[in-house]
Amino acid sequence: MGKGVLTAICATLASSVAVAERSDINLRKGVTDISEQVYGLHMTIFYICVVIGVLVFGAMLYAMIFHRKSKGAKPANFHESVKVEVAWTIVPFLILVGMAVPAAKTLIAMEDTTEADVTILVTGSQWKWHYKYMDHEVDYFSLLATQQEQITNKFDKGENYLLEVDRPLVIPTGQKVRFLITSDDVIHSWWVPDFAIKKDANPGFINEAWTKVNEPGLYRGQCAELCGKDHGFMPVVVIAKEPAEYERWIAEQEQKQLKAKEKEQKMLAMNMEMEELMDVGKQVYQSACAACHMPNGEGLPGVFPALKGSDVALNDMPKHIDVVVNGVPGTAMQAFAKQLSLKELAAVITYERNAWGNDTGETVQAKDVNALITGN
Amino acid sequence: MSSVADDLHHDEHHDHKPAGIMRWLLTTNHKDIGTLYLWFAFIMFLVGGAMAMVIRAELFQPGLQIVEPNFFNQMTTVHGLIMVFGAVMPAFTGLANWMVPLMIGAPDMALPRMNNWSFWILPGAFLILLSSLFLEGGGPNFGWTFYAPLSTTFSNDSTALFVFSVHIMGISSIMGAINVIVTIFNMRAPGMTWMKMPMFVWTWLITAFLLIAVMPVLAGAVTMVLTDKYFGTSFFDAAGGGDPVMFQHIFWFFGHPEVYIMILPAFGIISHIVPTFSRKRLFGYSSMVYATASIALLSFIVWAHHMFTTGMPLFAEMFFMFATMLISVPTGVKVFNWVATMWRGSISYEMPMMFALAFIVLFTIGGFSGLMLAITPVDFQYHDTYFVVAHFHYVLVTGAVFSIMAAVYYWLPKWCGKMYDVTLAKWHFWCSMISVNLLFFPMHFVGLAGMPRRIPDYALQFADFNKWISIGGFAFGLSQLIFLALVIKASRKIGEPATAQVWDGAEGLEWEVPSPAPYHTFETPPEVK
Repeated sequence: MGKGVLTAICATLASSVAVAERSDINLRKGVTDISEQVYGLHMTIFYICVVIGVLVFGAMLYAMIFHRKSKGAKPANFHESVKVEVAWTIVPFLILVGMAVPAAKTLIAMEDTTEADVTILVTGSQWKWHYKYMDHEVDYFSLLATQQEQITNKFDKGENYLLEVDRPLVIPTGQKVRFLITSDDVIHSWWVPDFAIKKDANPGFINEAWTKVNEPGLYRGQCAELCGKDHGFMPVVVIAKEPAEYERWIAEQEQKQLKAKEKEQKMLAMNMEMEELMDVGKQVYQSACAACHMPNGEGLPGVFPALKGSDVALNDMPKHIDVVVNGVPGTAMQAFAKQLSLKELAAVITYERNAWGNDTGETVQAKDVNALITGN
Repeated sequence: MSSVADDLHHDEHHDHKPAGIMRWLLTTNHKDIGTLYLWFAFIMFLVGGAMAMVIRAELFQPGLQIVEPNFFNQMTTVHGLIMVFGAVMPAFTGLANWMVPLMIGAPDMALPRMNNWSFWILPGAFLILLSSLFLEGGGPNFGWTFYAPLSTTFSNDSTALFVFSVHIMGISSIMGAINVIVTIFNMRAPGMTWMKMPMFVWTWLITAFLLIAVMPVLAGAVTMVLTDKYFGTSFFDAAGGGDPVMFQHIFWFFGHPEVYIMILPAFGIISHIVPTFSRKRLFGYSSMVYATASIALLSFIVWAHHMFTTGMPLFAEMFFMFATMLISVPTGVKVFNWVATMWRGSISYEMPMMFALAFIVLFTIGGFSGLMLAITPVDFQYHDTYFVVAHFHYVLVTGAVFSIMAAVYYWLPKWCGKMYDVTLAKWHFWCSMISVNLLFFPMHFVGLAGMPRRIPDYALQFADFNKWISIGGFAFGLSQLIFLALVIKASRKIGEPATAQVWDGAEGLEWEVPSPAPYHTFETPPEVK
């Protein structure tokens, strides 16, 4: 699928565009008008809290120091005052009204998803994001690109540890981009702090959000709703390009996806060797299957079933292909037909039938998978 | 009539309690049951704390070192469940059992046998929950909020045990709440009118009504999770006509009043301690009562502020934003009243007062971040980050837990008849105070900078703060062992003997009985003027 090349292109692009300003201790201003408004609201309410805090804690501290028994303070006798009590009910209320008005204005603007220039369907699943451009024949998955060895501390951690993906989302600058957000399994939440967008991806429902990015750049975020074991490992990366550059990019992607489909059809006539299937299969397994079924095929007992020594992986080949291609409804097992090419599907099934002592010696070819999908 | 009085008098000298374990298993005495609740809560606090230590150890540095992500999720889930249902709530129920009858001049709780039952089903519930961790696939791993469908279609079979244990906890809480209400309504000493009731009794009465209103809602939510998972219903599954977001509405309709269940009794405690050590009457008693009631009422119409990112209609987002902001008004009144009580008082700094002062400052900080979280457009940025974790630990640890510690220091001499060890107490306070802020304050920073909650591993920019947070966590955990030593010492009757009055500025019926409080008190009701 030319994933490697694409990653390389994205990486070069990434290094050439500005990276958004961020703080280690505060909210970031972000790169949209909305995100700047949100930052402004954040700082306003923060300063209001600081002022109230200084007054209240100041009074308290004064009493603690000067009304001490050890300094000979004699207790006063007052224990109520209607005037004071009414005042400190009314004044905070008025401050809140003053705060509520600008907050409501920003909120109304954030929820106005009409008149979008570009619409992208964002679908979360355990544990990756899928992007589909509604006006083009382009859609792809976006997976964590950090190596497993970095996570398990075998390699040094890179600069963008856990915040890097193989294929970032690409959007145009200066245009209103609408996101339709949903999920294939549990609830996820698509969050890009620089856009001030955080919207839950609910299975069976579609949420909307929008952004209009002013500057080209690369923006990172993460899934924000606990979605199972690898919730911490499904980042979001968005690249904003100038509209002309974006148009070139999307046309190029359309071409590539078309070519890949043609190539796939040609593949059907060919048989691959066991060795090649196992090589490709191992790679696919590591990126698509190992999160649940574990790199050693043993799964997580009681949570995710083992493939090593399992009946399906050793005997029932049609069922094996069916499970991988169509998933198992009502469980965490996804349908991989849309996520992997025929070649990759064939390779990973072959790998699962021949790795970790599953020595069936059988190969599965792209045409076998295709036969199941097309029903022939 | 006189023969009844004679019988009661007779009982005073013969406590009629079996020896050994049977005393505790069969007891219907409010003081015994209060003690059981408090020890249970303390043990659960240490167990839940140990789980927090596992979480902080894993987060000490980036990368996966100690536990697998699946186990990490079990730790965050069970830590939350234990601290809410096993530590904070039973501790307050324990305090209610001990103190409500003493404060209103009643001989015991109104329903003593139910009282015994409501405590003794609790250890079973937590045994079930904890044992589920040892099942194949582990215990609950979907967060203490158990959002569907993560807790239904995508959970393992320990979910059934989780549901069962939450049911039992709910039954226990409801029975405890009924007992408090019946006791307060029927057993106040002659002359104790509603507006003469001590603040702790008032806040607990209101809390008890909240409990009765919302614990059945929680029971409903877990039951729907159970039937969705095992019996083919589709309450929370869109494929069958349900809605996963409806789960969140039901859960938070319970969950928001629940956070007031965990803080209203704390308000009551602080409203006793501050006047005692300021040697001045509580400022604005009646506005305190009204503020508590308003907070309780408002708590029913703000639940969806936990769900701003779920994609609610604009109108709903506005409504819940405004209603939530409104809660800060009565809460502010409380804080202002405490400060006004101290104003021109004659303040001394015994340990209950130290914890109460820490409570006022740190709870207010939690209140400020709560006000920030109410602003919907900004909440989109804060939601599900460590900023939220910082917020609710400020209100629950330095809020609820500190108030419980303040209460223990305040009433321990009454319970045990001995003064606590002042040196240990000082160590406990200062170690806790410093470490708890090191633990929770930097969470604001990493949260704002963009660290999501409930993740076992994080980006490198968060590494420095997380190291300090973990160190603060370990130190706070260890500091509680000082508290354990102090409580054991007092309960083994080691220390200076305490007078009946204990604190020179203290007022209320509980200070009119000797220290330690006899097994049976107020068999003849006192007269309140």
